[in-house]
Amino acid sequence: MNYFIQQLINGLTLGSIYGLIAIGYTMVYGIIGMINFAHGDVFMVGAFVSLITVIIFGITGTTNIALGIGALILVAAISMIIAGVYGWTIERLAYRPLRGSFRLAPLITAIGVSIFLQNFVQATQGARVKPLNAIISGGFTILEGNDFVVRITYMQILIVVLTFLLMSGFTYLISKTSLGRAQRACEQDMKMAMLLGIDVNTTISTTFIIGAALASVAGLMYLLYYGVIDFYIGFSAGIKAFTAAVLGGVGSLPGAMLGGLVIGLIEVFFAAYFSSEYKDVAAFSMLIVVLIFMPQGLLGRPEIEKV
Amino acid sequence: MSQPLLSVNQLTMRFGGLTAVDAVSFDVHRNHITAVIGPNGAGKTTAFNCITGFYKPTDGQIVLRHKDDNEFKLEEMEDFRISQHAKVARTFQNIRLFGGMTVLENLMIAQHNHLMKASAYTIGGIFNTPSYQRAQEAAKQKALAWMDRVGITDRADDPAAALPYGAQRKLEIARAMCTDPVLLCLDEPAAGLNPKESEELNALLRSIRDTNDVGILLIEHDMSVVMEISDHIIVLDYGRKISDGTATEVRNDPAVIKAYLGVVEE
Repeated sequence: MNYFIQQLINGLTLGSIYGLIAIGYTMVYGIIGMINFAHGDVFMVGAFVSLITVIIFGITGTTNIALGIGALILVAAISMIIAGVYGWTIERLAYRPLRGSFRLAPLITAIGVSIFLQNFVQATQGARVKPLNAIISGGFTILEGNDFVVRITYMQILIVVLTFLLMSGFTYLISKTSLGRAQRACEQDMKMAMLLGIDVNTTISTTFIIGAALASVAGLMYLLYYGVIDFYIGFSAGIKAFTAAVLGGVGSLPGAMLGGLVIGLIEVFFAAYFSSEYKDVAAFSMLIVVLIFMPQGLLGRPEIEKV
Repeated sequence: MSQPLLSVNQLTMRFGGLTAVDAVSFDVHRNHITAVIGPNGAGKTTAFNCITGFYKPTDGQIVLRHKDDNEFKLEEMEDFRISQHAKVARTFQNIRLFGGMTVLENLMIAQHNHLMKASAYTIGGIFNTPSYQRAQEAAKQKALAWMDRVGITDRADDPAAALPYGAQRKLEIARAMCTDPVLLCLDEPAAGLNPKESEELNALLRSIRDTNDVGILLIEHDMSVVMEISDHIIVLDYGRKISDGTATEVRNDPAVIKAYLGVVEE
């Protein structure tokens, strides 16, 4: 039982990271109807930017939690800004010129951008795995059975709390602010939004920037949680987050968050009870099962044909 | 008469070999209802699409004048700026509301640019600053005022798609008016309305004309609407303007009777 609870905690932590990435997929799909396959690599770039920032500021190994959190917020802010610039640039250079082209075109460019980002990071940062000492270490024991000790680390608490804060802020942005309304309007009828004076291109750019910024926070969390990154992490994390977005229902924001948590849990439990070698198989089989039996996802609406 | 609000000069739109609108010129005045009529395929909607930036015309000029004598060359403007700066609003023949959003939200979106400025491009919106709250509240009041005026206040929080057809039409007009237009373009506003709703529409359009300081340009097939409320009628046929004048003048124009009204018993 204790073992189960421990895995539950681990799964929720991992799921938070996937959920944050999945939002980027689902938001972009909602607004322009394309799967941005480069999104996983923006996540990877975010992780690298975080790593570089951490090294520049030399903030490792602090035991002072307040200082650690303060430093992390700074790192997160820098990495969100830089990843946002990446997101904007990708949309501007690779996707906008193809808007109004046939549907497959931006999808193919997205794969191109993905390969480009991987090779760009590999060439500039090297192909070796990059380790990082724990910035915030320690934790506390929440359950002490006779056979197994359930621990929750400060890092895990930070990840879950930060994800929760970001997601609430983001939900507020979408539901209450004028930008969020404009995004939802563009989602439903871009032409009409344009005729009401909404600058559709700027709205789409902003969507990419927000998605990239959230992914970069996920990158930072991944870096802190696993302590190692390389240029290839965007691929598997990206596809898992994509699976999460599909599972939750592409286009649905709560769905992306829920899907992220479910995929995180599936992966962790599969690794814990069956085989940690094949944990990716569990997540990807999920994608196949969902696409075949439940293509609209958990919280997605049935596809409405746009006129 | 004062300077016209909108001057369309030699407007031409070709699609390949087809000339949908052929050198059409007309004026629209402030506080007037101007109707564009004509048989099917006469080029009415195409002309409309050129004015509202949906199409870039092949040739011709479309000039909009604001009260402060600012002139806008609509044929050169980027699409969304026509609404944002030149203040032209339009509705569609097939209703295009944001069906998944509430009635109130539909009306708030029309005030997007104003709210974006008030929220310092969203940063103020996230932190819910007092100035953004005030702007949001003002926008809400304006939306409520329009809901009241078209009589859908009780449906404020329903999804727009759940409204009955006639109410959706009215909401579309209210939404267009929430953008503070100087020119309101309506594409067949009476299509699909029953006689009672048609009556209400006439009253609404008259009241907008008389109290809101806009010029109204409309395309309509329903002759009872056109003849009753239009101050000025333009008749198109095969992309050309064949007549231009008041309802009585147009009704008695032989060219019009031949092309169009001749088939309607009078």
